[in-house]
Amino acid sequence: MTPPIRVLLAKPGLDGHDRGAKVIARALRDAGMEVIYTGLRQTPEMIVNAALQEDVRVIGLSILSGAHNAIVPRVMELLREREMTAVKVIVGGIIPDEDARELQRLGVFRVFQPGASLDAIVSGVREATNC
Amino acid sequence: MAGTGRNFSTSGGIPVEAAYGPEDSGQPAPPPGEFPYTRGIHETMYRGRLWTMRQFSGFSTPEETNQRYRYLLQQGQTGLSVAFDLPTLMGYDADDPLAAGEVGRCGVPISSLEDMETLFDGISLADISVSMTINSPAAAIWAMYLVVAEKQGAEPARISGTLQNDILKEYIAQKEYIYPPRPSLRLVTDTIEFGVRHTPRFNPISISGYHIREAGSTALQELAFTLRDGLEYADWAIGRGMAVDEFAPRFSFFFNAHNDFFEEIAKYRAARKLWAELMRERYGTKDERSLKLRFHAQTAGCSLTWQQPYNNVVRTTLQAMAAVLGGAQSLHTNSLDEAWALPSEDAATLALRTQQVIAYESGIPAEPDPFGGSYFVEHLTTQLEAGAREYIAKIDGMGGMIPAIEKGYPQAEIARASYDYQRKVEAGEVTVVGVNRFQETETAAPEILRIESSAEAMQIEKLRRLRAKRNNEESTRTLNALKRAAETNANLMPPMLDAVRAYATLGEICAALKDIFGTWEERPQI
Repeated sequence: MTPPIRVLLAKPGLDGHDRGAKVIARALRDAGMEVIYTGLRQTPEMIVNAALQEDVRVIGLSILSGAHNAIVPRVMELLREREMTAVKVIVGGIIPDEDARELQRLGVFRVFQPGASLDAIVSGVREATNC
Repeated sequence: MAGTGRNFSTSGGIPVEAAYGPEDSGQPAPPPGEFPYTRGIHETMYRGRLWTMRQFSGFSTPEETNQRYRYLLQQGQTGLSVAFDLPTLMGYDADDPLAAGEVGRCGVPISSLEDMETLFDGISLADISVSMTINSPAAAIWAMYLVVAEKQGAEPARISGTLQNDILKEYIAQKEYIYPPRPSLRLVTDTIEFGVRHTPRFNPISISGYHIREAGSTALQELAFTLRDGLEYADWAIGRGMAVDEFAPRFSFFFNAHNDFFEEIAKYRAARKLWAELMRERYGTKDERSLKLRFHAQTAGCSLTWQQPYNNVVRTTLQAMAAVLGGAQSLHTNSLDEAWALPSEDAATLALRTQQVIAYESGIPAEPDPFGGSYFVEHLTTQLEAGAREYIAKIDGMGGMIPAIEKGYPQAEIARASYDYQRKVEAGEVTVVGVNRFQETETAAPEILRIESSAEAMQIEKLRRLRAKRNNEESTRTLNALKRAAETNANLMPPMLDAVRAYATLGEICAALKDIFGTWEERPQI
């Protein structure tokens, strides 16, 4: 049996709206994954450190505040600096199309916009660990 | 309404029978304007005065938001409602490293009195009511507002508006807290006391179920937790030595207007009835101003879909109708593009027009509580009231809302309800049009508002100039005085006003209080 996929779920930035993050944490757990939820107001540094310590294969970032263009590039940069590019990053939130394309260009594995189904998100995390 | 086939229930899971009759509706409620106000707080309701059309907005910079306010007032909006950005909501200045990337994104940045002066430039605060959605830093933001009013020459007794200032629902749902619960409640009580003494037309608190519902609660949980929060604030005010009839008339409420049409109407009716009864039972008041629950409603942001965004206009219309049929005193209607971004000007205008059509074309406002006496609505009202009393008794049993929050009780109840709902959507047990049924392959993007990142740089530069030109000795002196007062039981509004007049920044004021009060961290749980 393969060990379960370990996922770090984080809410970066100042926003406290954690409904989505919590629902996704439960859905990933129900799908058999091990989920580490960081809680609120994590800086990119805190998130990358936690990903290293927890030895996760996927980082999920939930951002609803519009601050994704400031936060996500910094996370990607830190992952590169620490040679952790094997860790895949998935972003979910209110992300306009144009910004989603730019985040993927920076190396984000997938961006889930509002209305994405839990099924699609679970599959997305699985795919991230298969490449 | 959930259920296809045999089992019908409300969105919150109250079973719905095939048909209700006279035996289900209980004793007829007294007419509108009479205790316990189930049917409305005024005898004639909207015949006397329509609800206030109050669209929440703020973005980018104080200058741009000021322009949007002037536009909305020209379009016939009758009150203002300020949306602050996240750094402001969390008590950080625009130039704080933690604010990077967030300045002006979800609202207007207000770091000092200077920003507040710009925000209301050319808008007379003596003549318009202003609602401010601010919680942890509410006392400081209110102090800035009061000083702007003072500089405009507005009499404190004349200014009107509402401060959200409901910290309990932050711990429960929205999570924009700074200090631990007890010092936060002390600050709330300070503002209530100050308001009672000096600004009799201003609501110092808006006890909010809106965010509880947006976090995924049921209608029943929204109702129950909100009223229990209200009792907590009342207990603190009484603990401060105020008489119930001094402060309770200034309490206002804020509820969600969600999809389940009849359940929502029943929720507002049950809220009024329950609040009036609780105020009488617990505090023995007979003053009708203390018994009447006044509320603002906002349509449900969480019901808006990214797919087929024009469907959101229809959802918002139905939700707004429920709020009006339920007797709201003021209303915000959401814009169709809010699952995409902050509203564009066109979308915000259409949202306001939606209210105007209901107000002036539908005929609904002619009759108070048109669903009063409906077997079904009366039955739901009774069910919600009974369910809320159970929740309230349970929280009483925990020792009140603060111990309940510390245990994580309301938080866990809401998380459970929100996951249940999402699973039902996934399983197709709940239909969301355009999302899990009647889908289209392509979603046409609406024209969205883009916030230029130059807004952040502008705010940072303004703060740099402010810090250079103000009297720094005076701002430091007033901040120290605020800290010393925080160590005593003194009301913090007077030293807060002094600090604001000296152009101490929001971040400086909140940092000073953190030194004394400490901060609050939630234990992450899923």
